[in-house]
Amino acid sequence: MLPKKIFAAVDWRARARSVEVLYFAWVRDRVGTAREHVNPPDAVTTVGELALWLATQSKEHAEAFRDCDVLRAAVNQEHVSFAHPIATGDEIAFFPPMTGG
Amino acid sequence: MIRVQGADFEPGAEIDRLLDGHTAVGGVASFIGVVRDDPEDGPALRAMTLEHYPGMTERMLEAIEQEANQRWDLCASLIVHRYGRMVPGDRIVLVVTAARHRQAALESCQFLIDWLKTKAPFWKREETEDGEHWVQAQARDDVAAAKWQVEPSVS
Repeated sequence: MLPKKIFAAVDWRARARSVEVLYFAWVRDRVGTAREHVNPPDAVTTVGELALWLATQSKEHAEAFRDCDVLRAAVNQEHVSFAHPIATGDEIAFFPPMTGG
Repeated sequence: MIRVQGADFEPGAEIDRLLDGHTAVGGVASFIGVVRDDPEDGPALRAMTLEHYPGMTERMLEAIEQEANQRWDLCASLIVHRYGRMVPGDRIVLVVTAARHRQAALESCQFLIDWLKTKAPFWKREETEDGEHWVQAQARDDVAAAKWQVEPSVS
């Protein structure tokens, strides 16, 4: 039984660092993709930390997250602040202020 | 009731369908948002494309509609919002509220369109004579956003 438990623990750790990131409007234009699956390091625990980490991933990401304070975020399709924690399997979206209506 | 669609809508038919069977209704308010080509806005507008966040859009519109129904005694309400490419004169959004008396209908209709603008995940991209650009949010949108920050009932 012991090896099975270890495998379960390893599997959980792997999935814990995996989130789906969506980009909209000019954020998507700058990043160059509408969605991506990412595995941030353990130190990344909030939406804001994720944004800072994403900014280090490429020149395009850096450009998209340059003015982080104008960006808005959603976790699992709910508006959140950048202090909001992130968890395994979350759908995290970054976008500019909305202009509907 | 809320709907997010690419196709145009016919306001009269929408209102008739919404009111069908609601005999206690004494007042109906509606707002129709239209693609505007206003010389005061800058270069002539050729078209506008509305992008949205499928799934979240519906959730937010439902939450906003629910909030209106908690604040006012409404008999029926409807939000129809389009996405995709539209040209000046095209209808973008329809909000209809029906109540026993006019005040609830008028106030809730304004509330719905005001909140929708800051909470529903839509983004406008304009095609003008001078090229394409994403529409910037207005300062008044930030004021409305700050208002919802202190309002806990819709998240």
